[in-house]
Amino acid sequence: MTRLARPPAGVPERVRQPGETVVRVGPVSGRVRWRQVVVALAAAVAVLLLGAVSLGRGDFPIGLTDVLRTLVGLGEDTQEFIVLQLRAPRIVVGALVGLALGVAGALFQTFARNPLASPDVLGITQGASAGAVAAIVLGGTAGGGVLGGVGVPLAALLGALVTGLLLLLLAWRRGIDGYRMVLIGIALWAVGAALVDWLLTRAEIHDAATAYVWITGSLNARTWAEAVPLLVALAVLLPAALATSRALAVVQFGDDTARGLGVRLVPTQALVVLVAVALTAAAVAAAGPISYVALVVPQVAVRLTRGPRPPLLASGLLGAALVVGADLLTRTVLPQALPVGVLTAAVGAPFLLWLLVRGRRSTL
Amino acid sequence: MTSTVPRTGTVRLAAESVSLAYDDRVVVRELDLQLTDGSFTAIVGPNGCGKSTLLRALGRLLRPVGGQVLLDGRAISRTPTREVARVLGLLPQTPVAPEGLTVGDLVARGRHPHQSWLQQWSRDDEAAVSEALTWTDMADLADRPVDELSGGQRQRAWISMALAQGTDLLLLDEPTTYLDLSHQIDVLELVARLHTERGRTVVVVLHDLNLAARYAQRLVAMDDGRLVASGAPEEVLTEQLLADAFDLEARIVPDPVAGTPMVVPVRRLR
Repeated sequence: MTRLARPPAGVPERVRQPGETVVRVGPVSGRVRWRQVVVALAAAVAVLLLGAVSLGRGDFPIGLTDVLRTLVGLGEDTQEFIVLQLRAPRIVVGALVGLALGVAGALFQTFARNPLASPDVLGITQGASAGAVAAIVLGGTAGGGVLGGVGVPLAALLGALVTGLLLLLLAWRRGIDGYRMVLIGIALWAVGAALVDWLLTRAEIHDAATAYVWITGSLNARTWAEAVPLLVALAVLLPAALATSRALAVVQFGDDTARGLGVRLVPTQALVVLVAVALTAAAVAAAGPISYVALVVPQVAVRLTRGPRPPLLASGLLGAALVVGADLLTRTVLPQALPVGVLTAAVGAPFLLWLLVRGRRSTL
Repeated sequence: MTSTVPRTGTVRLAAESVSLAYDDRVVVRELDLQLTDGSFTAIVGPNGCGKSTLLRALGRLLRPVGGQVLLDGRAISRTPTREVARVLGLLPQTPVAPEGLTVGDLVARGRHPHQSWLQQWSRDDEAAVSEALTWTDMADLADRPVDELSGGQRQRAWISMALAQGTDLLLLDEPTTYLDLSHQIDVLELVARLHTERGRTVVVVLHDLNLAARYAQRLVAMDDGRLVASGAPEEVLTEQLLADAFDLEARIVPDPVAGTPMVVPVRRLR
């Protein structure tokens, strides 16, 4: 047996990794991974650029300089109305929805140690759809009932929350096993899908068409009334999500190791799932289930940052860029104005396949 | 990283009439065990005797249905998880690292119980991690993903993490599983050095009786959820015990290298 030389006391060998800076200010210390910072910043810049371009595009095109002048309050009245009342809410809702879905996906995937664990697969968005379709079909929006305006988002929110709570309760057995959660989620998804199909077969043709647009996920005709509640929800949920980040890094190792490292497993698991469910519910209530964002974006983010898990903030910002960009494309390049959810699905699903086929990682 | 001067005799971890069960199935019955400071104990026994279950309870991963586990005289179930994690480290049987996680990051996670939201990478953390990497001879592999390592290197990386955690007590559940003999020796040498050079109190669950007898100071033999023998390897490893607990007819001869008892199997009884 070779005896290893011990390092001289008090002279620790540096363990810093390339592309990392250690920050220590007073009692605060941490490691900055520049790759994560660059990806997050690039995504944030992309959101702003895409948003600015998007503000000018539509049936009434406005130049970028006019858009910027309008934003600082120097534009004409017509331009101000179009930019601030018609287009800005739509883009802000799109960005916030993308942010919420990206973070929710990253939380679920890290927690369950399974890239399939996203609100789409776990049935939460499907539950929201069931709620919304029920409100549309049973509430009789054709008659212009109360359920038409406030009712649909609220029903979607309730549908998502109820499904999320069911998921939490059914998967709970002295804590949550990620694999079990995915299986139960898939079962809940099937129940939600069956419910939507049943409702659609009973619906009037006009209601069915309305419902169909909703369950595709669309940013059409969004107003500040949708943007503000979403902003409030994110102001609470985003810090909560970031607060779980440190524990999540250890929870990823499995239950026994995590507890051995001092993580209070049960409260951490409950908090992560609740925050992820609430983020999804808020996003879906505002814009419908824009599919594949929560599934694909964290996987893109983890590859860009080359870390062991999807980075929360970068996933959120990339999600925002994806939704705002997809919305811009559907409104400008494509011949016919499609719901944004069609594009995210059409781009997201093949992209996921490409990642799976090409990826170094065997299990994604 | 504090290395403890062995204060022989002080009981650090104790099971008091502990009964353990999974749902309704009782696995361990009213078991008493005391682990003194600076000791190196191996828990042995046939498959399904409850040795891993006992280790889980000692590490606060499983709550006893009867009796209690005491860590430094205090009920471990009433001690906050984080406080336990600063005194007691544990390595599960087949720990899994997330794909793409580097050895350096894995070992750095060992500092989790010492960190807070503001204090995420103190000088102590950095020093402990670099020392643990160097001491386990993993410094050159710090940038490599754990999932690309061989089985033996991987186990070294996990032991390195446990070392960085800086706990006085260390519980290991079959750390040699799936390793070839030379890597089994390698891992057990490392664990033995943690005990002799770093003053760690070590409890390890082992399948291989000969290796257990060679490395541990004390053997604890279990059968069917009960403690059947405890003491120095020479006292515990007897032909009678092997017949009773393992249903094995065997001869015990002195290990030609270490002089510790060595089991030579003859045949299975019954």
